Amino acid sequence: MMVPVRFEWQIMKVKIIITPKKAVLDPQGQAVLNALEHMGYDGVKDVHVGRFLELELSGDKASMESRIEEACHRFLSNPVIEDYRVEWEE
Amino acid sequence: MSDPKITPELIRQHNLTDEEYQLILKQLGREPNITELGIFSVMWSEHCSYKNTRSLLKGFPTRSSNVLVPAGEENAGVIDIGDGLAVAFKIESHNHPSAVEPFQGATTGVGGIIRDIFTMGARPICAVNSLRFGKLDSPEVRRLFRGVVAGIGHYGNCFGIPTVAGEVYFDESYEGNPLVNAFSLGVLRHEQIARGAAQGIGNPVFYVGPATGRDGLAGAAFASQDLTEESAEQQRGAVQVGDPFMEKLCMEACLELLATGAVAGIQDMGAAGLTCSTCETAARGGTGIEIELDKVPQRGPGMSPYEIMLSESQERMLIIVHKGREDDVKRIFDKWDLPWAEIGFVTDTGQMVVKHHGEVVADLPAAKLADEAPIYHREAIEPEYLKETRGLDLHSTQDTTDVEGDLHALMAWPTIASKNWVYRQYDYTVRNGTMVHPGSDAAVIRVKPDSLPVLSEDSPNRDVIPPEKYLAMSVDGNGAYVYLDPYEGGKIAVAEAARNLACSGAVPLGTTDNLNFGNPHNPELFWQLKEAVRGLADACTYFEAPVTGGNVSLYNQNPKGAIDPTPTVAMVGLIEDPSHITTQWFKNEGDVILLIGESLDSDDPYQGLGGSAYLKVRHGLKKGLPPRCDLTVEKNIHNALRGWIAQGAIQSAHDCSEGGLAVALGECCISGESARHTPHLIGAEIQLKRAEQDRLDALLFGETQGRIIISVPSVFVGKITGQAEVMDIPVEKIGTVGGKTLSIGVDKHQFDWDLSKLHDAWFNSIDQIMES
Amino acid sequence: MTQVDTETELSTISDQGNASKFSFGVLQFPGSNSDQDCVNAIEVLGHEAHYVWHKEESLGHLDAVLVPGGFSYGDYLRAGAIARFSPVMRALADFAENGGLVLGVCNGFQILCEAGLLPGALILNRSLQFRSEFVHLSTVNSGTPFTKAIPADQLMRVPIAHGEGCYFADGSTLNEMESHGQILWKYATAQGDLEDHANPNGSVHGIAGVCNKAGNVAALMPHPERACQEAIGSADGQWIFRSLIEHLKDAK
Repeated sequence: MMVPVRFEWQIMKVKIIITPKKAVLDPQGQAVLNALEHMGYDGVKDVHVGRFLELELSGDKASMESRIEEACHRFLSNPVIEDYRVEWEE
Repeated sequence: MSDPKITPELIRQHNLTDEEYQLILKQLGREPNITELGIFSVMWSEHCSYKNTRSLLKGFPTRSSNVLVPAGEENAGVIDIGDGLAVAFKIESHNHPSAVEPFQGATTGVGGIIRDIFTMGARPICAVNSLRFGKLDSPEVRRLFRGVVAGIGHYGNCFGIPTVAGEVYFDESYEGNPLVNAFSLGVLRHEQIARGAAQGIGNPVFYVGPATGRDGLAGAAFASQDLTEESAEQQRGAVQVGDPFMEKLCMEACLELLATGAVAGIQDMGAAGLTCSTCETAARGGTGIEIELDKVPQRGPGMSPYEIMLSESQERMLIIVHKGREDDVKRIFDKWDLPWAEIGFVTDTGQMVVKHHGEVVADLPAAKLADEAPIYHREAIEPEYLKETRGLDLHSTQDTTDVEGDLHALMAWPTIASKNWVYRQYDYTVRNGTMVHPGSDAAVIRVKPDSLPVLSEDSPNRDVIPPEKYLAMSVDGNGAYVYLDPYEGGKIAVAEAARNLACSGAVPLGTTDNLNFGNPHNPELFWQLKEAVRGLADACTYFEAPVTGGNVSLYNQNPKGAIDPTPTVAMVGLIEDPSHITTQWFKNEGDVILLIGESLDSDDPYQGLGGSAYLKVRHGLKKGLPPRCDLTVEKNIHNALRGWIAQGAIQSAHDCSEGGLAVALGECCISGESARHTPHLIGAEIQLKRAEQDRLDALLFGETQGRIIISVPSVFVGKITGQAEVMDIPVEKIGTVGGKTLSIGVDKHQFDWDLSKLHDAWFNSIDQIMES
Repeated sequence: MTQVDTETELSTISDQGNASKFSFGVLQFPGSNSDQDCVNAIEVLGHEAHYVWHKEESLGHLDAVLVPGGFSYGDYLRAGAIARFSPVMRALADFAENGGLVLGVCNGFQILCEAGLLPGALILNRSLQFRSEFVHLSTVNSGTPFTKAIPADQLMRVPIAHGEGCYFADGSTLNEMESHGQILWKYATAQGDLEDHANPNGSVHGIAGVCNKAGNVAALMPHPERACQEAIGSADGQWIFRSLIEHLKDAK
C-alpha cells in the first residue's frame, strides 16, 4: 500500500501554556483541588487551571521566536493576571 | 469512491421500516442512493414529519382572530398584539442531546429555538425554559442539572437575550432522560413577517453562517429513538456544539438583510440541516431547488454529500434572495464578518436536486419528501398501571399530625423550592425589558419601540412610533397529574398557565406546547399521548388560546421505562396597562387576604391530594386521581381577577398549585426579594374553616384547582366580595397580611412558622444540594 | 425610603429642558449586547446616544463614550481580549488621552482593563458561575465626573450579570489606586455595610468599579444602564449618568 506523501515537516508547531499568576485567586484551581481531595486523590498540594494553545507556523523558530513572545505578552496572555510558557516542538 | 449498496441492514440503521422503504421505492420509481436514503430517513423521522402524532395534533385549536401565521405553516406561529405589532413564539425540546452532553445539548436547544424566531423576521426578546430531572440525590442527576442550567445560561447570556421564566421538576421518572424544553418569543411588525418559502424561479439560494462540519450527524433521527444505556456513550459524537456569539451576529445580519427587502425566503438549518431547509422551502414555495455542495463552506476536507446534507452544524441559515439583490447579502454579511456562499437557485421542477462535483447525488420530489411522510394511527390502550393508581384508598393514609414539619419539608422540596440557584445563572435584565423578574407566577416583558427589528428605509411606517406593549408568559406542566389521568392532567397544564397569566394581569393570546412522551409503538404510552392531547386541546379552546406551534418529543425513556408523560405548556398573554402588572408576594401590612375559589373540592374523592406534592413528599405515593379541573369555573375566576386588577384593587395574586394553600401562602410571605441577600419577608395571620369530612392535610396541602390567593387593601374587600357573589364566584376572607410569622389557624388548632426559617428552607434548598 | 426619594428627585431632573443635549457614543463590538440598554438609558435622561461600530477609526464629535456590556467576540481567549484590538479602540485611547469621558460597563470594564486604560483585571467569579442578581453599590469617592451627582450615603440598587467580574489588582497597584481615589464603588449590603457576603463575585476589597489616575476613564461590573427606570426594577443607575451630564455641563 502506498503511503501518501505529506509535507507536514514544513509546519512548525509551538505550544503556549498560560497559567494564572501565583498571587491571583484561582477559583477553578481551588475547585479542582477540592474535588480531587473529595475523591480521595491525596497528596495534591495545589492546582492551577490555565489554557493551552497550539499554534501552527509556516516559518521556523529563528524567524518567529520574538514575534511569538510578543504575541504572548500583548494578546494571548494578560500579564496582569497570567504567566505564560512557550514550548517549541522539536 | 463508490456508494454503499442499499441493504436491509442499512435501511434499518436509518430507522426506516420495510413499509417506509417500499413507499420510498414507489415515490421515486427506483432505488435511492445512500445520500437519498439519509435524506428520507431524517425527513421522515418523527422530529421532522410528526408521522406518529400528526393525526392527534389536528385536534388542537390553531385559529383565532389574532392568529396571523397559524401552527405548522412556518417555523413559528405569529399572533397580532395590536397597533401593527405581533409576536412570534415557540417551544422546542432538546431532551436526548442533553442526556448525552448536558451543556452542549442545552445550548443548542436554546440556539435552535432562537433561530426559529428570528427566521420569522422577529427580534427575539426573551427566553423561557421548562426542565425535568431525576432526583437530586443522584450525582449523575446533579451533573446533568448543573450542565443544562450552565448551558442555557451560557447561550442566552452571551447572545444577549433575557431568560425570564421557567420551571423545574425533579422526579425519578426523568432519571437518565431529562427534559430540556426551550421557549423563545420575538416581536415584529405585521409587515415584517418573513416566510420560509423558495419563491421566484431563478432566484439565488445563499448559505450563511459558519462552515459545515460533521456535527450532530443525523441528530433528528437520533432524537427519534429510545435512549438506551449504550446510546448515551455511542452517540456522543452526534451532539452539536453551540456558538451563541456566531448566532448573535447571524441574527443581526439576517434582520438587517430582511429590512433591505432583498429576501424572498428564509429558513434556518435546524434538525436535518441543509436537507430540511432546502426541501421545506421548495415544498412551501411549490417550486424546486438545486444546490451544488462544492459551494457549501466546509470545515474539513473530504466530506461526502451524505455528511454535508445531514450535518447539523449550528447557526446556519438558508436565504433565497431576489435575483439582482445578491450584493446586499455580500455587503451585510461581510460587515458582520460572517461566511456566506451562493450555493444554488430556485427551479420550477418541484425537485430537490443536489449536486456534488457537478454530478447529481440526489434528485427527489421536494413536496413529497416534506409533506407526504407516512402517517400512522397508532394503537392506544388504557394502561394497566391506572388500575393500581386509581385504587388508592385515602383512608389508609393517616391525616397529618405534623403540619409545621409538612410545610417545611414541602417548601424545601426541590420541585417547590426557590429556583434562584437556576435563574441567578441567567441574565434576565439585558435589553431593559423585564418588568417582572423570575420568581413570580409569570414573567412580564415590555415591548419597546427599540425591541423591534429595524424597518426598511422605504417603509411607510418608518416614522410611526408604536406604543409600548406588555406581555406575560408562563410555562407549566405537571407530569404526575398526566401520568395519573392524562386527559385531566393535560387540561390542568393549560389551566394553570392561564391562571398564572391572570394572576399577573394578562389575557391569554396563544399557546405553544411541547409533548414529551414515551415510545409511540407502545399502545399504553400512545394512549397517554392521545388523552393528554385531548385535554390540552379542550382547555386551549376554552381559554381561547390557540396553539401556534410546538414540538413533539417521543421515545423519552430510560432503561427502567417511560418518563411521566409531560406536556409542557407555554402561554403568552397581553397586559393592557402597565398599572395592571401584578406579582405574587404580599406587599403591605394590614392588607386583607382573600381566597378565590373553593378551599376544597368536596366532589373529589381524594380531596385534592391525588398526585399531590404532599402525598409524594410525606407518604412516598404517586397515586390517586389528580384534582378535577372545571374549565368554566377557572375561566370565570380568571376573568373576575383581571377585572379586580383593572380596578386597582389587587396588591398581590398567587395561584395555589403544587403544595396547595399552605405552600402558596408561604410563598406569598417570603418570595419577594429586592436584591442579593435582601428578601422581603412579610407575615400573615390566617384562619381557615374546615368541614367535618375534610382532612386537615387536604385543606392545607391538597391541590384543588381553581384557587388564587389575593391581598387587597381593606377598603376593597366589600366591593370584591359583593361582585363575587353576583358572578357566583366563591371568595372567602381568610386573613390579614402582617407580623413576623406565618400563622394558620384551623378550627382550634394553631400553626406558626418563623419567616426567616421558612425562607431559608425554601430559598437555599437547591443551593445546598448543588454546592455542598 | 431611599428608593422613593430617588424616584421623585430623578423625575424632576429628567423633566428639565433639553437646551443642552449631550452626545454620547456607544461602542458596538460584535457580541455587544447591552449596547441598546446604554442608548436607552441616555435617551431616558433626555440626551442623545449614537452607536459607534468597532471598525470605525474615528469617534467623530462626542461628549462622552460608553463601552457597553456583552460578550465581545464571544469572550473567546479572555473577556475583552480581542475587542481591545478593534480599530475603534485606538480612537478611544486618543479620546481618553485628551481628557474625554469614558465609562465602561461589565464587558466594557473588561475591555478597558485589557486595553490598559484602567488598572487591574477581571477574572472568573469565585463561585465559578455566572451571577445575575440585584446588588447594592456604595460610592467610595464622590468627587469624580462619574459620581459627583450621587448624594452622600445614597446606595444604588443595580443588577449584575457576569461570569468574569472578580476584580483583581496586586497589592501595590491597589495602594496606589486608593491613594489616588481611583476606587469608585464597592458592593454593599442593603444597609450600606461593606461586608463580605455583599460581594457577589469575590472581587478584591469588594471593588465594583474604578477609574484611571486622571479620573476621566471609569468602569464598573454592575449595570447602571439597566437601572434607569422604576418600570424595570430600579432607577438608581441614573445617578451615575446624571453625574456625567452634570460634569459635562460644568465643563462647558
